[in-house]
Amino acid sequence: MDCSESLRMQATSRRALLLGGASFAAWAYLPKFARAADGRDPRFVTIILRGALDGLATVAPVGDPDYAGLHGAIALRADGPNAALMLDQFFGLHPAMPEFARMYRAKQAAVVHAVATSYRDRSHFDGQDVLESGFPGPGRVQSGWLNRALEALPKGERVTSALAVGPTTPLVLRGAAPTVGWAPSALPQAADDTAMRLLDLYQHRDPTLASALTQGLQLDKQAQGDEMKPKPGGGVAAMRLVARGAAKLMAADDGPRIGALAFEGWDTHANEGGAVGRLAQLLGGLDGALAEFQSGLGARWRDTVIVVATEFGRTARINGTEGTDHGTGTIALLAGGAVNGGRMITDWPGLKPANLYQARDLAPTTDLRAVIKGVLHDQFGLGERVLAETVFPDSAPARPMKGLIT
Amino acid sequence: MARDSQAALIALNRFGFGARGGASGDFINAASDPRGFVLAELARPNGALLEVPGLLSTPELGRQVFDYQFEIQQARNAAKAAQQGASETPPQGSDAKPQPRRNLSLSTAAKEIAGKDPAIQPPDSANAAMTPSATMQPPTMQTMAGPPKPPAQPLNIIQKTFRAEALARLQRGVVADCGFVERLVVFWSNHFCISANKGALARMWAGSFEREAIRPHVLGRFSDMLKAVEQHPAMLFFLDNQQSLGPESRAGINRNRGLNENLAREIMELHTLGVGGGYTQDDVTALARVITGWTFAGRRGQLGTPGSFVFNANAHQPGPQQVLGKTYAQAGVAQGEAVLSDIARHPSTAKFIATKFARHFVADDPPPALVAKLQDSFTKTDGDLRALATTLVGSSEAWQATLTKMRSPYEFLLASGRLLARNPEDPGRYLNGLNLLGQPLWSPAGPNGFPDTTAAWAAPEGLKLRLDISAQLASQLADRFDPRELLELVAADAAAPETRRTIERAESRQQALALLLMSPEFQRR
Repeated sequence: MDCSESLRMQATSRRALLLGGASFAAWAYLPKFARAADGRDPRFVTIILRGALDGLATVAPVGDPDYAGLHGAIALRADGPNAALMLDQFFGLHPAMPEFARMYRAKQAAVVHAVATSYRDRSHFDGQDVLESGFPGPGRVQSGWLNRALEALPKGERVTSALAVGPTTPLVLRGAAPTVGWAPSALPQAADDTAMRLLDLYQHRDPTLASALTQGLQLDKQAQGDEMKPKPGGGVAAMRLVARGAAKLMAADDGPRIGALAFEGWDTHANEGGAVGRLAQLLGGLDGALAEFQSGLGARWRDTVIVVATEFGRTARINGTEGTDHGTGTIALLAGGAVNGGRMITDWPGLKPANLYQARDLAPTTDLRAVIKGVLHDQFGLGERVLAETVFPDSAPARPMKGLIT
Repeated sequence: MARDSQAALIALNRFGFGARGGASGDFINAASDPRGFVLAELARPNGALLEVPGLLSTPELGRQVFDYQFEIQQARNAAKAAQQGASETPPQGSDAKPQPRRNLSLSTAAKEIAGKDPAIQPPDSANAAMTPSATMQPPTMQTMAGPPKPPAQPLNIIQKTFRAEALARLQRGVVADCGFVERLVVFWSNHFCISANKGALARMWAGSFEREAIRPHVLGRFSDMLKAVEQHPAMLFFLDNQQSLGPESRAGINRNRGLNENLAREIMELHTLGVGGGYTQDDVTALARVITGWTFAGRRGQLGTPGSFVFNANAHQPGPQQVLGKTYAQAGVAQGEAVLSDIARHPSTAKFIATKFARHFVADDPPPALVAKLQDSFTKTDGDLRALATTLVGSSEAWQATLTKMRSPYEFLLASGRLLARNPEDPGRYLNGLNLLGQPLWSPAGPNGFPDTTAAWAAPEGLKLRLDISAQLASQLADRFDPRELLELVAADAAAPETRRTIERAESRQQALALLLMSPEFQRR
């Protein structure tokens, strides 16, 4: 039972990866589009930030007279050292995100502010359930909105690439539509023959395990380039690494077109930091991941949309420990060559006490479902009805937002 | 005596860690009296305690961390002083060699800026994402300019302690008869989880937290466990309560800092009432005020023995508070203890615990009748956890439900260790396996602990990794065993004909053992 040195090293590397809380999974099929003839080959990635991102710290309303007082010591400033990267006269981007700022200026990125799902309580786990399941309220649901969107797409060829980091598929992509994944683990592989015999046993005894193993066996088939092997460097490096691997596989002609990542660790209750510090470091990782997608997807970036979303926001006022507690309204980020970018999309509610949700949180004025529905509608031609009934059940009032895609 | 193989499989796998190999006779014993086999462990006095020579108390471990961090800080300060002295001697020297100087000064500057307030941000070697250099340097910089790591760095006191605690827990699990009590420990430890990834203190205390706050109460009273957990330094550190100050407390006013509601929220949401358990945001905030001042003493021991729970009256929000409609006028620590005592007995808590308990042991969607029985037991016995466990084992539902749950990675690795009679002398293989399979020991991603549903552990990649691990184990150990005999120890005539055939027809002992470890009889519980 002693483990070999190589196993130990692999496990250590993998651990570093898992510590970053980064994971990825993708649809096992290529979508088949009638209009593929026009050369457009759309790609879609959603990045789930688990733990509740402080939207007011990421895209700061520095022009709002109440912002600096509320966010106190960790508030961003429009000038001075480590100044916010001003997106317009009112909103400043966190200085740890220069890549996103560059995309924004190139009109390939947009920010939706004061956005929230339909969830209004403050439990991470229920909030993540709502964000990922796409159902209006929490509950034990076993499928995610992205998986149900896949089911509504015309199914083409099976992808030969496969990717997923992290032993579990995130809820947003869980469901009836088959998904694949890839892990940078280099444990000695069980022999194919052993795997086939086990599969045969499962098919007779345990269909659920048979189906899981079938998918699992496809994970490692795709050859992995050197640059996709895990490197040390903690959570930030892990975010970049996963994005780099995902982008490489998604750039291939026979690679997956639609995938999901989840990054953990955004629950900044204490010592959140302002322009530098803990959140800054995480945002730098996210920024790096977006840049990896752009460079890795190459020419395919043109047809790509990435949606970054989180379960809810954080309190407008910092708490007693220079952090923020669970809140409501936050931001969503759009990035990609297909995004109609260079825009702040918001119906800004203001930060006066009376304007805050329950006198404490940024009030949500945009339904996140409207944003995602708008993207899915324009990117994949999904109909309004299937979006309102199947993908995001009972969401008809949240009409797909128009004009998000060029 | 009657022999019930199916019930033996349930006794061993649903309630325990699986049959031990060798001459244990576990399967035969379980088959002749399944309920008695499971319940026997509950009768042993102090059977849940883990007292192993060399494992220290939380304050003793705390002192070691404080000393260790202090030494590092001293060394850093000394190095910094030496560096500053050196750069002053040749005033023009820095221009002559721009390349190395630059790197040096960047990292030094980063440390200076980030390390400004060491009292608030202690050095945290366990969490690379939080180290000052990582904060300031872009990751590419770090990988490119970072010095190559020495090949075999000796373990520091934190790593050594973590491994010793892990080893003690693993060894107990491997040798236990049925393992029901250890399964209960793992269940409650995950219910009240902390994460070692929070920082050096959390990694150091992960084991002592379980030994001191969980184990003594696993067969005791829920309210006692709740109090022990919420007053344990590891939990206070994990959920930031040591930083939370009453806004109108003396410390809050002096330092112009205030509440952090992290612990208060998770007490209500995850530890007791559960989401939808009838509390509001106001209740969370009120509880946060109530437990201000619940902290642990630091290195210099101004408040008490370093590393021990203390109530700091200076940080406590003065005055009565209203929680869940009741006013608590007590002064000091008694206020919080009174609230916890009431929450522990709240009907929502009984329901939440009963459901989670049944879900863990029986089914993702547990039989409502079983949940009702457990809830009833919890309520009537004032949260007696031995009674709760006895009710579970005594119920007919727990024995009738088919084995649809999947063993967690921890249960799977421990079950293989038991079957192959490998009492670990080094926790490395287990810790690595747990990392690979997504259940790093004492390090869940969030305060809700590791998932407890079949879907979470039967995912494609996880299953493939289990197969790879099984194959590797088998390649190293299969020569010592006859897989057909092992199948008798695992399931005897409860094994399905297909499983038996698959193992008998395997092309090698290695392959047969890997298939046995991956069979539904071994994976399901």
